[in-house]
Amino acid sequence: MVHGPPAVELVDLRKSFGEHVVLDGLSLRVPTGGVHALLGQNGAGKTTTVRILATLTRPDSGTARVAGHDVVRERRRVRRTISLAGQHAALDDGQTGVENLTMLARLTGLRAPAARARAAALLDRFDLADAAGRQVVTYSGGMRRRLDLAASLVGAPSVIFLDEPTTGLDPRSRQALWEVIGELSGAGVTVLLTTQYLEEADRLADQIMVLHGGGLVAEGTAADLKRRFGAQRLELTWRDAAGLAEAARRLGARVTHREPARLALSVATDGSAPQVRSLLDEVDPDRHGVVRFTVREATLDDVFFTLTDRPASAAREVAGV
Amino acid sequence: MSELTLRPMHAAVMVGRCVRLSRRNVDALLTSLLLPVILMLLFVFLFGGAIDTGSAYVTYVVPGVLLLCAGFGAAGTAVSVTTDLTNGMIERLRTMDVGATSILAGHVVASVARNTVSTVLVLGVAVAIGFRPAVAPLRWLAAAGVLLLFLLAVSWLSAAFGLLARTPEAANGYTFLVMFLPYPSSAFVPVETMPGWLRGFAEHQPVTPVIESLRGLLLDTPVGTAPTRAAAWCLALLALAVLLSALLFPRRVA
Repeated sequence: MVHGPPAVELVDLRKSFGEHVVLDGLSLRVPTGGVHALLGQNGAGKTTTVRILATLTRPDSGTARVAGHDVVRERRRVRRTISLAGQHAALDDGQTGVENLTMLARLTGLRAPAARARAAALLDRFDLADAAGRQVVTYSGGMRRRLDLAASLVGAPSVIFLDEPTTGLDPRSRQALWEVIGELSGAGVTVLLTTQYLEEADRLADQIMVLHGGGLVAEGTAADLKRRFGAQRLELTWRDAAGLAEAARRLGARVTHREPARLALSVATDGSAPQVRSLLDEVDPDRHGVVRFTVREATLDDVFFTLTDRPASAAREVAGV
Repeated sequence: MSELTLRPMHAAVMVGRCVRLSRRNVDALLTSLLLPVILMLLFVFLFGGAIDTGSAYVTYVVPGVLLLCAGFGAAGTAVSVTTDLTNGMIERLRTMDVGATSILAGHVVASVARNTVSTVLVLGVAVAIGFRPAVAPLRWLAAAGVLLLFLLAVSWLSAAFGLLARTPEAANGYTFLVMFLPYPSSAFVPVETMPGWLRGFAEHQPVTPVIESLRGLLLDTPVGTAPTRAAAWCLALLALAVLLSALLFPRRVA
C-alpha cells in the first residue's frame, strides 16, 4: 500500500554544536504509516534529529526529507505536512483548552467557526471535553500532554514527531498516552517518536531505530532486534570477584553483560543443555567458581545495552550498518 | 528570511492571544495599572510640596507618570516573549510556519493596548486630584499620537530584550533600564536643578522630548521642536528594536 516517497529519509546527516558532534552521518528511512521509534540514551542525537525534521534546526550537511520535501529548501511545504510535540507541552497556561486549540486551528488558516469545531472535535477525541473551558494552568500533567497531542493534530498533519512524549508522566497517564499514540497511527498518520524507554519502543513501535553516538546502530522490529542481538543469554554468578575477573578475561568480547555488583556476567546462548554445559566447562574448569546460572530471554534492554555499551563505530560493526 | 514575514491573519490571531493572556494575568495587570497611579500619588502628595516647578506639581508631573506607566507595561512584554521562547510555544508556532514578526507583533500590540488602558486610568486619577489639561482636542490628539509612538517603540524594544534574555526573570531585569529612563529627565523635576553632567544626559535622552511634547500639548503651551525630536527618537528606537529582533530571533531559535 506504500506509494510515493518515504515519510522520512535522512542521508548522511551531520550536525555539531561548536566542538560537540551530535549527528555523525546519520542515515535512515521511515516508511509511510505506522509508529516508529528512535531509541537512544541522552545525547544520542534523538532530539536534534527530530528538530531538524521539524525545520527548527538546520543540519550542517547531508539531507533530510519529509514526505519527499527537503527540510531546508522546502521548509514551508514540510511545515504543512508535519507537526511536533516536544518535551514540554507547548500551550498557553492562561488560555483554556478550547482557546488554545482554536487559536492553533486559526493559525492553520481555518476561519473562526471551523476552528472552533475542529477544537471541539479534538477535545472530545482526547477525552478533554469536560476540561475544555478551564485554563490549562489547572490541568494535570497527563491532561496537558493529551492537550499537547491534540494541538499537534490541529493542522491534520501526515507525519507527527513526538519527542519523548511520556517523559515525566505517571504510569497511568503513560498508559493512556500510549493508547492515544496507537490511535494516531490507526488514523493513517506516520508517527516518529523518540524515547529512552525500551518498554515504550517495544510496546508502541512497528519499527525501532537505535541511535548511538550520532548514528544509527541498529533497526528492525522489536522481535528482529531481540533475535539478532542476543536471543537468550546465560547469566553466571560467581563466588568471588577474582573468579569473575578470570572468567571475564577468558571470555573477552563474548561477554554481553557485566554486573560486577552482583558478581555476574552473561554470554549469549541458544539455551540447549550441551551448549550450556560446554560453556560452564570452559569458563569454570575447576567447577567451584560459578555458584548459580540462569538462562534469560532477551529483552530490548539487552539489545540496547549490547549496542550502546560500546563506542559508536564498534556498535555499527556489530549491527552491520 | 521567511521566518520574518508577517501574515495579517497570523498577526491578528497572535494579537488576540496576547490580549487574552494579558487580561488573564491579573497580577501583572494590576501591577502595571496600580503602580503608576500609586507613584503619581506618591510624587504629588509626598514629594510635590518640596519641588518647585513654578506651577501645581500635579500639572507638572502627569506626563512623566504616563511615561513611567509605559515602562511598567512594557516590562511585561519582555517577560512574555522570553516565556514563549522557554516553554516551547515559539517552536510550535514556527513549525506551523507562523513568522517571528507575527509572534512579536502580537506581544507588542497587546502591550500598547494594555498601556493605553493604564494611561487612561492614570489620566482619570490625575484629573481627580487636580490635573487640569487645556481643552484643545487637536492638541490632545497630537499628544495621544506622541504617546502611542513612544509606547510602540518601548514595547518593541522590550520584545527585543525578551529575545535576548535566557529566563523570564532575566527579562524582567532588562526592562529596568526602560523603567529607569524617565527619572533622569524632566519628568519629575526640572532639568535645571540637576548637576551639569546629569543635565547634559537628561536634556539629550529620548524621554525628555516626549515629556516636553506631552506637557506642552496637554497644557496648551508652546512646544517648539519637541514633538519632532520626540517622533525622531521614537522612530529611531522602533527601527533599532525591529532590527535587533530580526537579528536576534534567528539566533535565539536556531
